[in-house]
Amino acid sequence: MSNREAVENMISVTIDGKECKAKEGEYILNVARANDIFIPALCYLTRCSPTLACRICLVEADGKQVYSCNAKVKDGMEVVTTTPNILKERRAIMEVYDVNHPLQCGVCDQSGECELQNYTLELKVDEQSYSIPDTKRETKNWSSVLHYDAGLCIVCERCVTVCKDMIGDSAIKTTKRGGPALDKSLKGSMPKDAYAMWNKLQKSIIAPSNGTDYTNCSDCGECIAVCPVGALVSRDFQYTTNAWDLKKIPATCAHCSSGCQIYYETKPTSISDRREKIYRVTNEWNFVSLCGAGRFGYDFENRDATKDREAFKRAVEAFKKAEVINFTSVITNEEALMLQTLKEKFGVKLINREARAFQIFLDFYKQYSGKSLYSLDFKEVMSSDFVISLGTSLRNDNPNARYAFNNVQKMNKGAGLYFHPVGDKLVPTFGRNVLTFTHKVGHEEAVLLLLIELFSDKKDLPDSVKEQLDRDKLVKLLGGDSKFEATFTKMMKKKEKFALIVGEDLYFHPKAKNIVKLITILEKTSPVKVAMIPPKTNSLGVALICELDDEAKGYTIGYNAPGDFRVSALGDGDLDAPAMNQQEGTLTNMHKRVTPTNVALEYNGYTLHDIVKELIDTQTTYTIDWTPKLPVEKGFKSVDFDSLPNGYRNDGTEHRGYLLTTIESEVQEIEEVDRFDESIALDGDIVYRCNPQRQFNDFTDKAHQIFEEFALYASPKRAETLSKRVVVEFDNGNLELDVKVDERMEGDIVAVPDFKSDRNIYELFGASRYQKVIIREV
Amino acid sequence: MSLEKFKNRNVGTQNYKKLDLTHPPKSAWCKFKQVVSRTFKPELCIGLWVTLREMINALFRKKMHTTQYPFEKLPISPRYRAIHEMLRLLESGHYRCIGCGLCEKICISNCIAMETRYDENQRKEVSEYTINFGRCIFCGYCAEVCPELAIVHGGRYETASEQRASFSLFEDMLTPIDKLKLQQEYQGFGAVSPNADDNIKKTPLAY
Repeated sequence: MSNREAVENMISVTIDGKECKAKEGEYILNVARANDIFIPALCYLTRCSPTLACRICLVEADGKQVYSCNAKVKDGMEVVTTTPNILKERRAIMEVYDVNHPLQCGVCDQSGECELQNYTLELKVDEQSYSIPDTKRETKNWSSVLHYDAGLCIVCERCVTVCKDMIGDSAIKTTKRGGPALDKSLKGSMPKDAYAMWNKLQKSIIAPSNGTDYTNCSDCGECIAVCPVGALVSRDFQYTTNAWDLKKIPATCAHCSSGCQIYYETKPTSISDRREKIYRVTNEWNFVSLCGAGRFGYDFENRDATKDREAFKRAVEAFKKAEVINFTSVITNEEALMLQTLKEKFGVKLINREARAFQIFLDFYKQYSGKSLYSLDFKEVMSSDFVISLGTSLRNDNPNARYAFNNVQKMNKGAGLYFHPVGDKLVPTFGRNVLTFTHKVGHEEAVLLLLIELFSDKKDLPDSVKEQLDRDKLVKLLGGDSKFEATFTKMMKKKEKFALIVGEDLYFHPKAKNIVKLITILEKTSPVKVAMIPPKTNSLGVALICELDDEAKGYTIGYNAPGDFRVSALGDGDLDAPAMNQQEGTLTNMHKRVTPTNVALEYNGYTLHDIVKELIDTQTTYTIDWTPKLPVEKGFKSVDFDSLPNGYRNDGTEHRGYLLTTIESEVQEIEEVDRFDESIALDGDIVYRCNPQRQFNDFTDKAHQIFEEFALYASPKRAETLSKRVVVEFDNGNLELDVKVDERMEGDIVAVPDFKSDRNIYELFGASRYQKVIIREV
Repeated sequence: MSLEKFKNRNVGTQNYKKLDLTHPPKSAWCKFKQVVSRTFKPELCIGLWVTLREMINALFRKKMHTTQYPFEKLPISPRYRAIHEMLRLLESGHYRCIGCGLCEKICISNCIAMETRYDENQRKEVSEYTINFGRCIFCGYCAEVCPELAIVHGGRYETASEQRASFSLFEDMLTPIDKLKLQQEYQGFGAVSPNADDNIKKTPLAY
């Protein structure tokens, strides 16, 4: 990612007579795009490695023809984007792409948003000089969401590239097409690059990389997003509508704390039902990648809500006598502020377990580091070259953190360390320099001690840390082998930027305070900087805005959560509330950014704001009138909702909402850290509170394309030892669950999801993310 | 053609042919003679005879000049734009509409709506299609834009009905399958031009 703020070591190049400033080592194509100069390109993806499949990004740099997607800028370089020869090449390439391309533009789902169509017109291809016999290419359904029409595919390999370099699944690859070979005489007669491109095109086609007809992937649908033609489409969307009929509503995805920029695309449901419906979710795929929940989990709206006066009166009464408000992190900043206001006025207790744990963790962090927020955002993690993950099941907790971890390996020649008690088969495949440690539950402190030992400058360390640093012992304890030393030396070669991703396991850790101390010491004495994954959607916002309580008893109102009176956007409560795609407001995401989301679907019922207005004289008309009231002392800004942008600039700069300000405060010196106690490790049958991929909360569960069940997830080996349905006995209750196999899990720890709020999973797990349980047959 | 002809606005000198009218009577005697002759000429009977002759022609000789609407209708120009028709492919009998949605997009009074889906034969199926004739202004854009010559204007110009919806569904506009043989190719807006073949560049085929 280009970082435009870094003005030093900027060089200047001239493209088509325009003087452009660029960073050393950037590709010509990116520099041109950032400066609004058009160079056609089909196969290049901004944050991925150049594929060199299409060759139409040909330019002349200092008199030599180069591919602008993989040629780096040099100081004083003169670039010309079109010469007669280049135009001849480009035109021939587009003619070749059009050979045997089915003339079904009328029904194709790309419906005009087609790059093949665009460049064919751009290069004025009005006749065809080439031909070759077609090969039979069949359409296939690769998974529950992916539909691949090989006939339409132009093998630009963008899907393969994004799956490998960004997503990390590497679930698709190019394979043999079995088409006839080109006539050798063409080699001399047709433009050189066009021939080379055609020769490659004629030999390949895309297929799942596991050799079967079905992809083994996380169904994120990013390959659909990047496909320049209609070859890859979502099965649910296929042939239902044209792109031009859809209204694009810029929004923020509300499923996990990543808060990705998305567009909800809406159109009336049908001829008889003229209410708007979301047909699909799209994204700015050059700058942000979605996960399966974001892309396919969009129909969670509360459709049939009406203004039920009676229910509203009851709700107001309930709020008047409420002692506790129980809520989840799927809430806008504005609503969180309303709840906080209710607390200040009426003294109700606020309960939000995941945000509370994170809040405590952040408070400790503030105490010891003097900063109200963690150091790195995940864009910076993506630009690092050594990334460490601790205390998070990267694959399940936050897809974007996982993409960052993977992207570092693929793009920055990076290295990675992954520490987690639950073994993962996917993470080691991200790169050759990824080392995974499957340590014992409770040994997170040992990991941090090892990191301090590996990266810190030893002379500034407190004695209580120094005496615990025994590299060999720590490596052995965490499950490393004797080859670690050699591997680590190799990993450390030419590394400059270090990032540590920490996650929910640490916030729900009995020794969270000591862990924060160790993290702060690591940050202070080493180049490693920390980035935190907020547990759920807006946990960061809630943690900053609300004063949350630990425990509370009494008459409880549940806002999208269990309670005596339930206000719910799921449509099953005592009073309806709008779902995230039916309301406007801001969310605080893990990139420390406050981003706006807009109304995609109409909502006819009451909102939390109506209730609050009934209770206190707020002098506000809409929920978004609360946006400027967000607490400035916590890092928010006093700006109107309507002035918040939501998009990306051509050079990839994020232009969405605003960044939170990190508030500096007095630092408390760390005098002593606790002595690490090996024996706190859990033994026996352990369950881990962790959602399956694509499930985050009740809303993802409601979406019809997300079907991952509420079940006990186990590695294939562990599942064999369990029966089909089991009872999990916790200290304070039992759960009866089906057993499902998660092919990518390893080891004996099993996962219990928490996405259904009415199952009270947080109560069962208490203050930890791991629990020792008894698993028995039904 | 030069424009000189149009610039001459002196109608008096143009090629008008004067009717050979008799001169109006001048003297009072002449006027009197004209009144007497007109009064006693049997011109009434001539008029009555014409009526009687036409009656006989119509009733007994089957020589009728009026059109028996609504049992009979006058032929209209093929370019007339009345209620839409949906044509079928002559070979297979399948409807021509591919569900591309261009008619829906181009419609300036926004009266076309359609629903499509992925059907069992992996084709795009038009599951619902309506035109709101209360709004349609019969501009003909839909027929012009249709790449398949599927939606065309027909000759059904009587747009009175108890319910407008009664002729706005896909099936109502579609050529009945048993009348496929009678389906006429549309000649109006959007039809293939007579010299279409000359305007096409041929694509080389390898087989």
